Amino acid sequence: MAERLRLRRVPFRLGTARRRNCGVSRRATSADFSRPEMKTMRHLFITLFCWLSFSAHAAVDPALLAQLAAEESDDKIAAIQAIAASADPAALQILQSLSAGTLTAPDGGEIMLNNRIRAELANALAGLRLVDADPAVRRAAAQELQSNVGLEMAPLLARALEKESDAEIHALLTAAYAQASLTSPDPAVRLAAVTALGASPSRSARNLLLPLTTASGEPDKGVRSAASQSLKAVEAKLAIGETLGRIFTGLSLGSILLLAALGLAITYGVMGVINMAHGELLMVGAYATYAVQGLFRTYLPGWVDAYVIAAIPVAFFAAAAVGILLERTVIRHLYGRPLETLLATWGLSLILIQAARVIFGAQNVELANPSWMSGGVTLMAGLVLPWNRIAIIGFSLFVLALVWLLMNRTRLGMFVRAVTQNRPMAGCVGVPTARIDTLAFGLGAGIAGLGGVALSQIANVGPDMGQGYIVDSFMVVVLGGVGQLAGAVWAALGLGVVTKFLEGWSGAVIAKIAVLVFIIVFIQKRPQGLFALKGRFVES
Amino acid sequence: MTRTPFVIRFCNATPKSGWIALGIFAAIAMLLLPALHLVLPPEHPLHVSAYVITLGGKIMCYAIVAVAMDLIWGHAGILSLGHGLFFALGGYVFGMYLMRQIGRDGSYQSDLPDFMVFLDWKELPWYWAGSDSFLWSLALVLIVPALIAYVFGYFAFRSRIKGVYFSIITQALTFAAMLLFFRNETGFGGNNGFTDFKRILGYGVTTPEMRVTLFALTALVLMATLLLGRYLVTAKFGRVLAAIRDSESRVMFLGYNPLHYKLAIWTLSAMLCAVAGALYVPQVGIINPGEMSPANSIEIAIWVAVGGRGTLIGPVIGAAIVNLSKSYFTMAFPEYWLFFLGALFVGVTLWLPDGVVGLWKRIQARRVA
Repeated sequence: MAERLRLRRVPFRLGTARRRNCGVSRRATSADFSRPEMKTMRHLFITLFCWLSFSAHAAVDPALLAQLAAEESDDKIAAIQAIAASADPAALQILQSLSAGTLTAPDGGEIMLNNRIRAELANALAGLRLVDADPAVRRAAAQELQSNVGLEMAPLLARALEKESDAEIHALLTAAYAQASLTSPDPAVRLAAVTALGASPSRSARNLLLPLTTASGEPDKGVRSAASQSLKAVEAKLAIGETLGRIFTGLSLGSILLLAALGLAITYGVMGVINMAHGELLMVGAYATYAVQGLFRTYLPGWVDAYVIAAIPVAFFAAAAVGILLERTVIRHLYGRPLETLLATWGLSLILIQAARVIFGAQNVELANPSWMSGGVTLMAGLVLPWNRIAIIGFSLFVLALVWLLMNRTRLGMFVRAVTQNRPMAGCVGVPTARIDTLAFGLGAGIAGLGGVALSQIANVGPDMGQGYIVDSFMVVVLGGVGQLAGAVWAALGLGVVTKFLEGWSGAVIAKIAVLVFIIVFIQKRPQGLFALKGRFVES
Repeated sequence: MTRTPFVIRFCNATPKSGWIALGIFAAIAMLLLPALHLVLPPEHPLHVSAYVITLGGKIMCYAIVAVAMDLIWGHAGILSLGHGLFFALGGYVFGMYLMRQIGRDGSYQSDLPDFMVFLDWKELPWYWAGSDSFLWSLALVLIVPALIAYVFGYFAFRSRIKGVYFSIITQALTFAAMLLFFRNETGFGGNNGFTDFKRILGYGVTTPEMRVTLFALTALVLMATLLLGRYLVTAKFGRVLAAIRDSESRVMFLGYNPLHYKLAIWTLSAMLCAVAGALYVPQVGIINPGEMSPANSIEIAIWVAVGGRGTLIGPVIGAAIVNLSKSYFTMAFPEYWLFFLGALFVGVTLWLPDGVVGLWKRIQARRVA
């Protein structure tokens, strides 16, 4: 909690430093204090400045200013609260310079601050910023007030609430106001606060309401029942947010599965062989991304954020080249022996893993998200969509569109579909099946490489990163039906979402087992997958 | 027409040369090596060290698994990439007995196995009931994997899942089981599995006598497995299996139901693996979920492929070749072992489809011609 508070406050303080017109940040000021002559200079300058500003806004009671220099901490706090409550523009400046340690007492002495006073001061400052003209400042101040706010802030918050027009800030203020009023001794005020909290769903609202439903946390019966009602409302809204969040992470897992499975679906559809080295082609794509990142850092440091874009074609062609090499040297010689192909490609995957270990080291390599991919969009309370996952979903849609175009609108795609449906007949009408095999394999491998780019942005990149994906992507192919793009899409997204929901209820391991059992049961009913090819089959 | 008695059919299934080879093997594994280990003092040049006995016992366990794999892959055309699961299950079931035999000699001096004390469990989970009985544990070694194999096989074969579909699903099965056993809550020691065994039936597990006994027992089981396998594949049952392997649809058109044949050989194969696992654990002294990793299971297939599929004796040779070279490589050049293993997978499937035994037959055929 303390860690989060501190983090939240830093940008806020930097912001105030810039607005202080002194031209020097707080940190620089304290550094300057180490040199005596600078200290004198600064004091002179600041005193002059403060004096000017005081004379300009003489609305603050000078008696309060004198009280700031009092001996007792309680007196000082009372003065700070009184100044803040005046909500005068001058009050802001006084408190700011007090916080920066640049305010001098009327008799010229320094005002001593301790931690308790500083906390009070920070709150008072945040309260004053609530009436700032800049919405960004108001929002930051309202956010700061979410965590700790006392009863003395209530009138100030009420005044800010009246003036506030921005909906988001208004919601934040309502929560802070409710929190402040909860400490009131008057049950009617507390009741109003509890009701208000019910309308602002957030995790902190839930934490505030939870103790109020017990007799030890809240003496008044009416407030207690109102609190449990509000709690129910808040929890219902939070549950919606969590459910949407799960669907979203499920979709992003599904789009990774889709990228992994698309390539596998093409090679399995065309050649009827399972490429056990498919996961390692993902790994090749991820390492290609890593290599591109390294090149950008060395040669184009200004463009580092664009490395992911540049990595897309590199990863595609690197993985495709490896795939074509595998097909030409090994897989081509094993046609008609699918089980042996399974073993041979497993051997190839071992070689690729060990090669990655020798070249890049056995440790995971470090890949940084580009700055435009960090952070996320807050849709509602408890629902933050990270940019990197959004980017991955968009990217897989893009790849899907490309593959669809390629398969349905190009000559190569037509040949691939022809070979998938009936190899000997395609050969009879002049489709160069051997070359199509190679190209289809290269295409499948390239798509796996693209999957590697996506994976590198959310998962660890290491030599055996691809091992876990072969089973999952095969499940997608089984579920979706062979040679069917639509089937692969539904199966991948469905599996992703279902897995995430099961993980939420029962943990990752049970989810994995449940999905496996589901697929075995599913095959009982639909051996050809969700979207079976129409036609008559005689199995070999 | 009277049927030939079972004993005679069983004996006739294995040719005379096979019986002679088995006799020589039995003499070496059950008399000569144990004697050299027990009787001769360690400094004697002919003394067989404990390392060799353990390694030999381990490889014979692997050989049993390889024969079991050959029965389903070589003779019924079912490639399982999850046989490590049954091997590990047999090991775990017998490991439960071994854990109970530790008694109060564990580091916490408790009646419960150490890892349960560590997890602060107060009593044994229900599935540990009876695990202190030797006979019940032996029965469970057979029952548990057989049951799992039967149920899984029933659903898989009933819907005619075969070929690569079946292979990948068995791989998923063992992967899921591995994840399950990695969890502490599953009650099988989690990550660390079972280790620190002390006794079997009250006799110390690391004494030379016990080591030699287990070694001889493993050899016996291996020979029995080979004889049984030989009998099965030469009987009508084996011929139907071969027919299913070559063309399942035609076998169905002839009025056979492949389900029962496949299910029978599949379950038997799983039980053989479990027995091998149960023999493996006391000799190696540890069992953990790593044994269930898909990589281990797929390695079993390469033992069979190296030796020669559908030959029964080939897988024994294959298991020995691959594991001896693994022992050598991982000591001499650890970073090249995976390259070698990968190349083995590729090379054998490309150039040695019938394995070492096939190569031997080809060389002999050339000599005759």
